[in-house]
Amino acid sequence: MAYVLEARHLDKYFEQPVRFHVLKDISLSVNRGEFVSIMGKSGCGKSTLLYILSTMDTDYTGELYLAGKKVTGQSREQLAHIRNKRIGFVFQFHYLLPEFTVLKNVMLPGLKLGEKSTEEVREDAMAKLRLLGVDDQAHKKAARLSGGQKQRVSIARALINDPEIIMGDEPTGNLDSKNSENVFQVFRDLSVSRSLSLLVVTHDEDFARRTDRIIEMGDGMILGGGHAPAPAS
Amino acid sequence: MKDLRILLDVTRTHLLSRFKQTAIATLGVTFGIGTFIIMVSFMTGLNGLLDGLILNRTPHIQIYNEIKPSERQPVDLYEGFADNLNVVRSVKPRQTQERIHNGAAILNYLKGHDSVRGATSQVNARVFYLAGSIQLNGLVNGIDVNEEIRLFNFGDYIVRGSPEDLLRTRNGILLGAGVAGNMSVDVGDRIQVSTVAGGLFSLKIVGIFQSGLAEVDNVQSYVNLGTAQQLLGEGRDYVSNIHVKLYDIDEAGPMSRRISDQFDLTALDIQTANAQFETGTTIRNLITYAVSITLLIVAGFGIYNILNMLIYEKMNDIAILKAVGFTGRDINVIFISQALIIGLVGGLIGLVIGFGVSVLIDNTPFVTEALPTIKTYPVNFDPAYYIIGIVFAMISTFFAGFLPARRARKIDPVEIIRGQ
Ligand SMILES: Nc1ncnc2c1ncn2[C@@H]1O[C@H](COP(=O)(O)OP(=O)(O)O)[C@@H](O)[C@H]1O
Ligand SMILES: [Mg+2]
Repeated sequence: MAYVLEARHLDKYFEQPVRFHVLKDISLSVNRGEFVSIMGKSGCGKSTLLYILSTMDTDYTGELYLAGKKVTGQSREQLAHIRNKRIGFVFQFHYLLPEFTVLKNVMLPGLKLGEKSTEEVREDAMAKLRLLGVDDQAHKKAARLSGGQKQRVSIARALINDPEIIMGDEPTGNLDSKNSENVFQVFRDLSVSRSLSLLVVTHDEDFARRTDRIIEMGDGMILGGGHAPAPAS
Repeated sequence: MKDLRILLDVTRTHLLSRFKQTAIATLGVTFGIGTFIIMVSFMTGLNGLLDGLILNRTPHIQIYNEIKPSERQPVDLYEGFADNLNVVRSVKPRQTQERIHNGAAILNYLKGHDSVRGATSQVNARVFYLAGSIQLNGLVNGIDVNEEIRLFNFGDYIVRGSPEDLLRTRNGILLGAGVAGNMSVDVGDRIQVSTVAGGLFSLKIVGIFQSGLAEVDNVQSYVNLGTAQQLLGEGRDYVSNIHVKLYDIDEAGPMSRRISDQFDLTALDIQTANAQFETGTTIRNLITYAVSITLLIVAGFGIYNILNMLIYEKMNDIAILKAVGFTGRDINVIFISQALIIGLVGGLIGLVIGFGVSVLIDNTPFVTEALPTIKTYPVNFDPAYYIIGIVFAMISTFFAGFLPARRARKIDPVEIIRGQ
């Protein structure tokens, strides 16, 4: 069986304001059910890497594989579908649609996928909200929630289509320790109970230490921990 | 299809959450379409009225025997002078009669023709109206009353009495309003008429007509065909004019040339007779459309601006939607549909308001001496303009939404998300 996620020799440059080699020969892999964290100094390229891994950024060289299938070079439509169905993304700044209800925010990717009826998607969404302890907020406008609540809603949204991997860019960066711990527990549960893979950028040493593996990054390169043990055959 | 429902759901939320901007954009369209409907209804209504004033009662083809000098003089016929430049001075018309020879046969031929709605003959007699010592120049028209009503709306212009009274009364006359006024006579009075040949006739006034054209109302009057023939001392086959109405007014030109060639008569088609009239109609229509389109373009710019602003505000929404798997096409649909909904709603309200104001105008009293049959302002309620209006609203909002939506489609989510 293949890795859930594999990157081979990724290179990326920024042209503005000066040509800048931001990612240098990045290779990494993540196994099914693995909970991996990425650590590194601010500005070393973690976010940039995550945008590539999540298929949002296509401006790079190298190859990206999802569950053994090459993603690099696919059309924008295909990539959108991959993001919709197979990848859940949690942003640092809990990106929700402020004018929609919490429930609608969580439902939207499910409705877009279109594999289930609206009713089923609604039930799924409620279940995910319950999992994260914010089901009582379901009918509020997203703009009305506190930071911690928003972050949990956006994790619920990332889960709605039962993706193979969740990526997070400092998902606990804005949370107090209690909420942070809560999110960690949710991630841990998901990786154990559903064999969900997780790839999370964090600055929180304590958080990182308790994950299965830490990928160390520095200055656009991987310093260590990039490769998963060979996937179980 | 399912996709579309979700996208429209997003559209609705966007529009409702920015209700004020949405309302302003919608009002812009409403204003443009409403004004278009009002202007076009009123303008074409007026056009119709003015057209009716002349065109409805003007024959499509008038056939008569014009008194004019022969185009080919005897000298042109003689072969011996063929190479010479012949100049004949002081050419005079030949002595001919005004009558149309064989008028009854031509009339029958025309009535049987496929493209002819109807044809009717007239007898013109130049007269003097006499009342006491007053003598007025006049023109008495002998007509076939029923045919004139059927073909040329003759009945519309009778302000006193009725055309049937003319049919019933031997030696009755329908007097022009101007003539009646000048001679201070009224329905029921008798009027003396002397012909050019010197005959004197007493006719009974059975009605007054008013065409709205002073030069007509001041000289003309109508009698039965037979009466006019008597005035002239002619028989029942005397015809001086034949008026033709066709099914298709555009055939008047070719048809009149054919008639003129075939019968060696003058045949004047309506386009030639009223050339200036067509021009007026065209220009009024042009103005109407120019003003309406300008209004809609202004409304279009309003929508363009507001959508651009909306997209700027919704940058984050767009980035999130793309990040969670919505495609550029989806985003495009969301914003185009916002534009189209603004166009549809604004357009429909515009139609309703346009219709309302048109009804109001239609019921506003409008009384004028010149137009006896008109009581209120003329308004054209042709549904075609309502269809044009809503289609135009949709098209212009589509174009107004096109560029902003394309911009939204191309937004790079990474740029937005990184920018925070
Ligand atoms: N759009 C951009 N154009 C040019 N340089 C950029 C751009 N985005 C990020 N950078 C630079 O790339 C480097 C990596 O940024 P980022 O991936 O955000 O780092 P991290 O997430 O590890 O803090 C930084 O030095 C940053 O200044
Ligand atoms: Mg970062």
